[in-house]
Amino acid sequence: MAATEFRIWRQDGAEGEGGYRDYTTDVTEGMVVLDAVHQIQAESANDLAVRWNCKAGKCGSCSAEVNGNPRLMCMTRMSDLPTDRPVTVEPMRAFPVIRDLVCDVSWNYEVKKKIAPFEPRPPDAEDGTWRIAQEDVERVQEFRKCIECFLCQDVCHVLRDHHLHDEFVGPRFFVYNAALEMHPLDTRDRLASLKQDEGIGYCNITKCCTKVCPEHITITDNAIIPLKERVVSEFYDPLKRLFRVFSGGSRA
Amino acid sequence: MEQTPYEYDVLVVGAGGAGLRAAIEASAAGASCGVICKSLLGKAHTVMAEGGMAAAIGNVDERDDWKVHVTDTLRGGQYLSNPKMAEIHAKEAPERALELEAWGALFDRTKDGRILQRNFGGHRYPRLAHVGDRTGLEMIRTLQDHGIHRGIDFHMEYTVFRLLLDDGRVAGALAYDRERGRFRVYRAKSVVLATGGIGRAFKITSNSWEYTGDGHTLAYDAGADLIDMEFVQFHPTGMVWPPSVRGILVTEGVRGEGGILLNSDGERFMFDDIPPLYKDQTADSAEEGWRYVVGDRDARRPPELLTRDHVARCIVDQIKAGKGSPHGGVYLDIAWIKEKISNSEEHIRKKLPSMYHQFKELAGLDITKERMEVGPTTHYVMGGVRVDAESQMSSVPGLYAAGECAAGLHGANRLGGNSLSDLLVFGKRAGEYAAAFAREQGDVRLDEAAVEAGMKEALEPLEREGGEGPYQIQHELQDLMQEKVGIVRIESELEEAIEEIGRLSDRAKAVSAPGNREYNPGWHTALDLHPLLVVSEAVARAGLLRRESRGAQFRDDYPQKDEHFGKVIIRAAKGADGEMVVEEMPVEPMSDELTRLVEEMG
Repeated sequence: MAATEFRIWRQDGAEGEGGYRDYTTDVTEGMVVLDAVHQIQAESANDLAVRWNCKAGKCGSCSAEVNGNPRLMCMTRMSDLPTDRPVTVEPMRAFPVIRDLVCDVSWNYEVKKKIAPFEPRPPDAEDGTWRIAQEDVERVQEFRKCIECFLCQDVCHVLRDHHLHDEFVGPRFFVYNAALEMHPLDTRDRLASLKQDEGIGYCNITKCCTKVCPEHITITDNAIIPLKERVVSEFYDPLKRLFRVFSGGSRA
Repeated sequence: MEQTPYEYDVLVVGAGGAGLRAAIEASAAGASCGVICKSLLGKAHTVMAEGGMAAAIGNVDERDDWKVHVTDTLRGGQYLSNPKMAEIHAKEAPERALELEAWGALFDRTKDGRILQRNFGGHRYPRLAHVGDRTGLEMIRTLQDHGIHRGIDFHMEYTVFRLLLDDGRVAGALAYDRERGRFRVYRAKSVVLATGGIGRAFKITSNSWEYTGDGHTLAYDAGADLIDMEFVQFHPTGMVWPPSVRGILVTEGVRGEGGILLNSDGERFMFDDIPPLYKDQTADSAEEGWRYVVGDRDARRPPELLTRDHVARCIVDQIKAGKGSPHGGVYLDIAWIKEKISNSEEHIRKKLPSMYHQFKELAGLDITKERMEVGPTTHYVMGGVRVDAESQMSSVPGLYAAGECAAGLHGANRLGGNSLSDLLVFGKRAGEYAAAFAREQGDVRLDEAAVEAGMKEALEPLEREGGEGPYQIQHELQDLMQEKVGIVRIESELEEAIEEIGRLSDRAKAVSAPGNREYNPGWHTALDLHPLLVVSEAVARAGLLRRESRGAQFRDDYPQKDEHFGKVIIRAAKGADGEMVVEEMPVEPMSDELTRLVEEMG
């Protein structure tokens, strides 16, 4: 057991002035940051606000910045952090703070609603269902692993530094698009929307999102780049453009 | 009234699998529908379900059908289930699974491209549709992504703490906003409770903070009956080390894929105690067990895949006999399959990715190479609101319950995989019938005095100064339930527990929660005490009344099954004086057809 120092962000409501406050608590074997935060909450800060749920890395609720790194608190072991200085815990900085470590992520839920939902092709097997190969399932399962922790959104500079929330949906929703676009049964076309409404062009593939994903989804390489390629070949392929001129197609 | 009420035809409380499915159905039936959830959308406990969803589709073994599934469920529940519910569940689960696929869920596939099904405890054939070991995530995300385009209003991070009644009929609910602490009044023609379980009443649990028995208590306070509350499922395999992760679930899928249980002497102890009811279905040797795992249709299942109640008790027996692992569990070994297959490490990582991940990150252990340490963890409550098998309506008109907070399907013990299918089958039915009720029964009136009184009461912990903190009471209750109302029960301890719960209830009425109303966890915990105490009392009292051992209830003083208690279930309800009344009532009768089926299938 070792007394460990923490610097935790406290903020009294969205409009309140925020600042770090220092706490000390005993850290025992196997503890994760969320355990320490809960212990501090029980011992000395009953009203310390923290959002969490499953405590097993499956729900994506306890996202925060630990020593400046976007992490799930429940999956960050204390033994992996340096002990010679206080552990800093603060809310995700790309979203407005509601209180202490809890921030307002409702924007993400609004964004999702605007993306065209799944629409399957008609069943093709005699029994009224579909036949799908396991390899086609596996291609998409990587994207469907997403637990919506929004750490990728937190670290994306287009949102975090440039605040382009109205023009850019962020890595989480490119992963969502990829899951739909590469779904073996889906029939919708989301490329025009990706280009015009969702701002996929703003991403300059710095891969910050991939680095912080707790589910180890290869966001940039497997989701964003293939979507960018599809958008490019749809809208910037000279042959397709020529075809559109003659056919009077409206997509541009 | 302080606020204008939100108005819906159907109000759904809870946004896990059952709540979302109910809302989708109610909305499809033309009802206006609101969903209130304590967490953000998509974070409910369903997300943690791992193994799969039981549905007799018969893709892997065509001998499977609803008849086998219903008899498996009834046997697993020790014949205390509501047989009609078990029948509906077995018949409708395949359709609900396929419907999920039409909404975008992607299950693992068979070689010919159909939904793959895996083995699980108590299921005669491979029956669980699954996605690796993250089936719950696939299910909740599919329902969520489908539901947000259905015109349903979602109220995230609100807690319902009171149901409102109009002359005995449900009329709405009172909630507080967890983020900002404001109250909200909801008026609704019908209400579906889909709030999940009660695991937070115990110290070691696989359940999240949300599982405080809210729906159970809302229904109880409104005058509905709770049944089967003595049956709390202790999942045999939770993590035991390090201490901070104690209780986190290790999926039964590990055993489904060939994982074996060993004691400190390296003995595979599950072969030593096979209950008579399952003798004919269980492998005689390790060799036969392995053949079953790899799909030999003539082989019988290994004893690790016996029902959860039995496996949990066998583990406790080993630990008590001094044959446990260093941290008070036993060993679960999947790495051993390297003796059988050449690419075992890759196979394990592929079949059990989140288990691999979980042990690697939280315990620094590689399950493809090393044995895990596991022990029982509070996982599920079979007990809940007594509902009509067809409609899911409780005894309070307009009040429905579905999923874990409802009772009847699982009897004395739930089979793994029967929960996800339960959520969909009965979530859908609850939504459908609640919408019809709203359409047929017309408007309700809100009792303004009850609204004012409810809000005033909820604010008391914030306004009270100098009282005890809520966490102390919560922790004492969890210790008490773990120690005296846990896996092994005895009359004297149950009586002590009931008395102690009474004392804790008195203390809970005088707690203080300092701070303001915004996202104040102390205040939330203070308000959670009432539901936690109600469900704890129901579990202890029902456990005391059932003087036998059956399914999830094990009584040290009555270690055998008792014929009388095989015919009754236990009901808990609020008496006229406000005290809890607990009494026996007959098990729902079985139809002739089902009786014949049960006899045939043995």
